[in-house]
Amino acid sequence: MTQILWHGRGGQGAFTAARILGAAYVSGGDGRYALAFPAFGPERRGAPMRAFAKLSGAPIHARSEIKTPDFTVFLDGTLFTEPSETGVTLVNSPLPLRGAVTIDAGRIAASFSIPTPNTAMLGALAALLGIISPREMELGVAAVMPERLRARNTGAIRAANEFVCKGGRP
Amino acid sequence: MSGREFVSGNEAFAAGVRLARPKVISAYPITPQTVVVERLSEMVEDGSLDADFIHVESEHSALSCAMGASAAGVRTFTATSSQGLLYMAECLPYAAGGRFPIVMMNANRSIALPWNIYGDQSDSLSQLSSGWIQAYAQDAQEALDLALMSFYIAEHPDVSTPYMANLDGFHLTHTYEIVDVPDAIAADTFLPPLRTDNKIDFTAPKNMAFSAGPGHNAAFKYRQHAAMLRVRSVAAEAEERFAGIFGRRYTGLTESYMTDDADFIIVTLGAVSGLCRDAADAMRARGVRAGVLRIRYMRPFPGIEISDALRGAKAAAVLEKDISIGKSGAVFTEVAGATDAPLSNYIGGLGGEDISEEDILGIYEDLRSGRGGVHFLGIGEAE
Amino acid sequence: MIRPYLREKGAFAIGEYPEGTAFTAGYLTSRNGGWRSERPVIDISKCVMCSQCYLHCPDGTIFELETEKRYAIDYDFCKGCGICAKMCKPGAITMIPEGTA
Repeated sequence: MTQILWHGRGGQGAFTAARILGAAYVSGGDGRYALAFPAFGPERRGAPMRAFAKLSGAPIHARSEIKTPDFTVFLDGTLFTEPSETGVTLVNSPLPLRGAVTIDAGRIAASFSIPTPNTAMLGALAALLGIISPREMELGVAAVMPERLRARNTGAIRAANEFVCKGGRP
Repeated sequence: MSGREFVSGNEAFAAGVRLARPKVISAYPITPQTVVVERLSEMVEDGSLDADFIHVESEHSALSCAMGASAAGVRTFTATSSQGLLYMAECLPYAAGGRFPIVMMNANRSIALPWNIYGDQSDSLSQLSSGWIQAYAQDAQEALDLALMSFYIAEHPDVSTPYMANLDGFHLTHTYEIVDVPDAIAADTFLPPLRTDNKIDFTAPKNMAFSAGPGHNAAFKYRQHAAMLRVRSVAAEAEERFAGIFGRRYTGLTESYMTDDADFIIVTLGAVSGLCRDAADAMRARGVRAGVLRIRYMRPFPGIEISDALRGAKAAAVLEKDISIGKSGAVFTEVAGATDAPLSNYIGGLGGEDISEEDILGIYEDLRSGRGGVHFLGIGEAE
Repeated sequence: MIRPYLREKGAFAIGEYPEGTAFTAGYLTSRNGGWRSERPVIDISKCVMCSQCYLHCPDGTIFELETEKRYAIDYDFCKGCGICAKMCKPGAITMIPEGTA
């Protein structure tokens, strides 16, 4: 099982990114299972929040929060204090950070006229995960987002994905 | 919508309700139930569900409206949660005593005070005596399947009793997962249109929702109780039929996981059951014979099934998300009445608190050490 | 015109009860005329058949006879509230103490 912990601020779309990831993964066929759920705590725009995604080749029974993530994603660099003790940490930041993979997701999102960094970060994460094809990602976006948002967000996912695949150096 | 979909528990339940083709939906929104009625109102609006959606000013009115619709002889659905269920409480025995086969989805949520919108089972477990069938889903697929089966069971002439399908708030209602959505033709094959004599009919006038004095009152309650007990066989019939059409098999009032040879069994209900099964696997890997008994129905109460499943156990624990203040969890009280096995009680997940695999492993370790009592996970034994 | 009525049968075996509170009328009711301290009496010579007593009776105990065009009162269920007498403009209904002629 691959477990992804998302940190974001209310309104940045962390849960939406977790849902797209889950929908993209399960679109790959019958042997794929996913759970995507938000953390259960106060929900306010701007307040720190968490979301979770679990991906597995077998049915997932445990609905607990993720304690030992394989990937920890910070949609907002100001929430990052230190890298996760387990797995890979990915941070939305224009500057390099010790122990973390960084990407300036805000800039990539802005270039597609998207106000939130979630889909760009999702593209970067997908590059690190390496288990979701571009076609599956498109299906994931289509399952979650209305038509009018799909092209731009798919573009941001692809751009961020390519950025990380090329070594993450601008 | 049919086929494999990545949806939340609320969306899955709404999809199931649409397939059941209710004629009237009457509901008031409350977190975490809101999405199920939002989706249904969208379906009514876009014409994909031919029903009247009645906007009401409270949950009390929601169920009153549902009773009126059901008394007119049509399939009826409502949904609520937490404070909404409690506000509706006066109407619950009314609908049950009137034998109106209404289906309600309840999103299990904490009850105030302290105010909290997250999941636990305090709401529905406080209404066990209301006369409603109570089922608890463990995942979104079961939620959807219960949406279909609930109408079959509630409306069955041997039952004719309202049905409350419970989904753990957030853990099911707001968790997205893969769900197989049946197609409408198969759903129609499974679920026949509602036929009932318990309705207003100008060609055969009846007295409805009447009073019955001391001479007659107990007879009605007796008949109600007898009908509730028949849910055991009608649910089995529904599940057999369901498996034949959709290929998914359910196991009646309870679901056993490795209980046959288990020394230590956790009895639980709802969304946390899967985690308990994972923990039982982990205990088995350590050489401990662990098992899980999932209660699928609290009403009718599966006393026979629980007695059988716990017969060989050295000890068992009831894990539940509620506390009957001053006693124990409500489920513990009921299970204790059905078994002689040494039994302890773990209260967890209150107000949406996360339950971890370590928590469950700790319960198994407590069972091995012979610890009894009523414990609050993360706090300790009540003194 | 449907008005309350009593059926002969008063005692039931448990299996004869309906499933739920929906039942042909008249079985589970009992006479409540004994609640009255006064009873309404219609003076047919003053009655103009305006229907006000029929429309206002809260228990539906005033009815038109099938055999002739005049109103009558079902004393099994009339509780003696007197609304019919109040509503009767021609003064055709009088409340008479129970126990008097």
